[in-house]
Amino acid sequence: MSRLSDRFAALRRTGQTGLVTYVTAGDPDLERSAGIITRLDRAGADVIELGVPFSDPLADGPVIQRATERALAAGATLPRVLDMLAGIRAGISAPVVIFSYANPILRMGLERFVSMARQAGVDGVLTLDMPPEEGQAFRTAFGEAGIDTIFLLSPTTTVERIRKAAALGSGFLYGISRLGVTGVRETVDDSARELADRVRAETDLPLALGFGLSRPEHVKAVGKWADAAVVGSALVKVIAEHGNSPELLDEVERYVRWLRS
Amino acid sequence: MSKVSSWFGRRDPDARGYYGAFGGRFVPETLVAPIEALETAYLEARGDPAFAAELQRLLQHYVGRETPLWDARRLSAACGGGRILLKREDLTHTGAHKINNALGQALLAKRMGKARIVAETGAGQHGVASATACALLGLECVVYMGTEDMRRQALNVFRMRLLGATVCGVDSGSCTLKDAINEAMRDWVARPGDTHYLLGSALGPHPYPLMVREFQSVIGKEARAQCLAQAGRLPDAVIACVGGGSNAIGIFDAFIDDPGVKLIGVEAGGEAIRSGRHAARFAGGAAGVLQGTRTFVLQDAHGNIEATHSVSAGLDYAAVGPEHAFLQETGRAEYHHASDTEALQAFQDLARLEGIIPALESAHAIAYVQRAARAFGPDAVLVVNLSGRGDKDVQSVEQLLQESNRVSP
Repeated sequence: MSRLSDRFAALRRTGQTGLVTYVTAGDPDLERSAGIITRLDRAGADVIELGVPFSDPLADGPVIQRATERALAAGATLPRVLDMLAGIRAGISAPVVIFSYANPILRMGLERFVSMARQAGVDGVLTLDMPPEEGQAFRTAFGEAGIDTIFLLSPTTTVERIRKAAALGSGFLYGISRLGVTGVRETVDDSARELADRVRAETDLPLALGFGLSRPEHVKAVGKWADAAVVGSALVKVIAEHGNSPELLDEVERYVRWLRS
Repeated sequence: MSKVSSWFGRRDPDARGYYGAFGGRFVPETLVAPIEALETAYLEARGDPAFAAELQRLLQHYVGRETPLWDARRLSAACGGGRILLKREDLTHTGAHKINNALGQALLAKRMGKARIVAETGAGQHGVASATACALLGLECVVYMGTEDMRRQALNVFRMRLLGATVCGVDSGSCTLKDAINEAMRDWVARPGDTHYLLGSALGPHPYPLMVREFQSVIGKEARAQCLAQAGRLPDAVIACVGGGSNAIGIFDAFIDDPGVKLIGVEAGGEAIRSGRHAARFAGGAAGVLQGTRTFVLQDAHGNIEATHSVSAGLDYAAVGPEHAFLQETGRAEYHHASDTEALQAFQDLARLEGIIPALESAHAIAYVQRAARAFGPDAVLVVNLSGRGDKDVQSVEQLLQESNRVSP
């Protein structure tokens, strides 16, 4: 059992809705990013997703695009992100998932990436622009290192592809609860429930639903259909608003505790 | 992929859209289903004689095909060797080869029941072609364009608006073609149901590189037959500029199986082959994944895409079409580059020698042939794809020449 599987199994046992938090690694800089990750864990995040900044984030909306630009400007690169994580991993109990576009990993070299990721205590990897059809080599290499490969599902995903992602993926499945790029929305879309129902009919693999969630009532609503809710852009926005404030880490922790309330 | 014999070309990539090690389909999950639907629709359409006939009708009576193959005698003499034949894509309706693909995809979108088209544009020629095709076929059209390119190509922005398109400025990243593609993809991810993404070059996820090449292959088919008729033999070389590479792959296609015909692509050398100052992917790039496809990409040590520069907006792009990467790797085609300065000179030379003002993109191919013609020998036949006309560039060239005092009285 991986740390991800353990965490989701525990959530199911206690009937709790899990909280998956996404932050762009290196925003506003690597040092404060390390502090943010520690606070996410302390505030009770069940899974921490670390976005690797990439120059061309075509699946992301403006909030994460800006975070990516800040992180790149502050010198974040994939090896530095993994180094930073390695330095703090021992103090963090939540499983950590690397969330990346394919090119930074390919450029680093799959072998070197897997070796560094393992040393840094990475539990899972989600490659945004690497659907199962292209992801064979990644999946094999991650599997050999005991790292889960996480696939995305969207409202446009067919039943056949849900089966494929469930068969090839491990840890959990990440459902995009509505169409479009990442970003904050006011309400939880009906398509979230439809997708959750379709996934549930095909697999027991844990399901986290995300894209647009920002409030405790969203987390609760998602909990009715899925194992966990993902909060990304809304959290990145909190970091953007308090990026230069000494209160940054406290604000992050306060926000995540509120989501949990 | 099924092999459908048809009016179109038949050199298909493998079932996953690969040309050797290049190509594929690296897209976010939301786009997989719409892209699979597009592939199915395209394969059906290209096997349907009615679709081919309708496209043929538009190409002949609306675009004005076939375009001439012009025997450029004064240019040939000035180059000191060979016989240079110019394939006049600049004479198509809207003034560039882009219209061949725009009409093909717009017809396909209509066949798929899509009411809305999104497109990206660099130089503005693909945006104008898309806006034109949408006006003709009654489709809504949204064009994404980098704000830097909007400044460089103001005339084309107005043309698109005149044709009823909405032009959305993109001010992320380098504010050029690459960023416009990101934004068009984001739009498509949000509305895959009613929208078709009309990608303008032989780039992106499968089936785009195949589909765009086949819609552009009419250039090579005509040029090959015209060359045989006019020169009595096949050319020694076929030369075209390469941004994403649609005009080049379109003219190369008909000659791929003619081993005696050299295929030569000309990239943008910019100011110098130095990080951020050019767009010559084969001179400074490495294999990587960008915008849905595995190909040669200008990138830094950590896989971030590098800034590019070219005097021509249409060549100012960090990746090259995957089939070009394959042709380069297998040695079937070779790739060179021409600098900003050389292209500006060729732009003026062609105007004075032949009375033809080329697009700055096409001027790169002219610049290469000026440099290389002599080496091919006095009896060589060289076909150059004149992919577009230079009206859109006249203002910015005037400015550039004034700045550098190169303008002659």
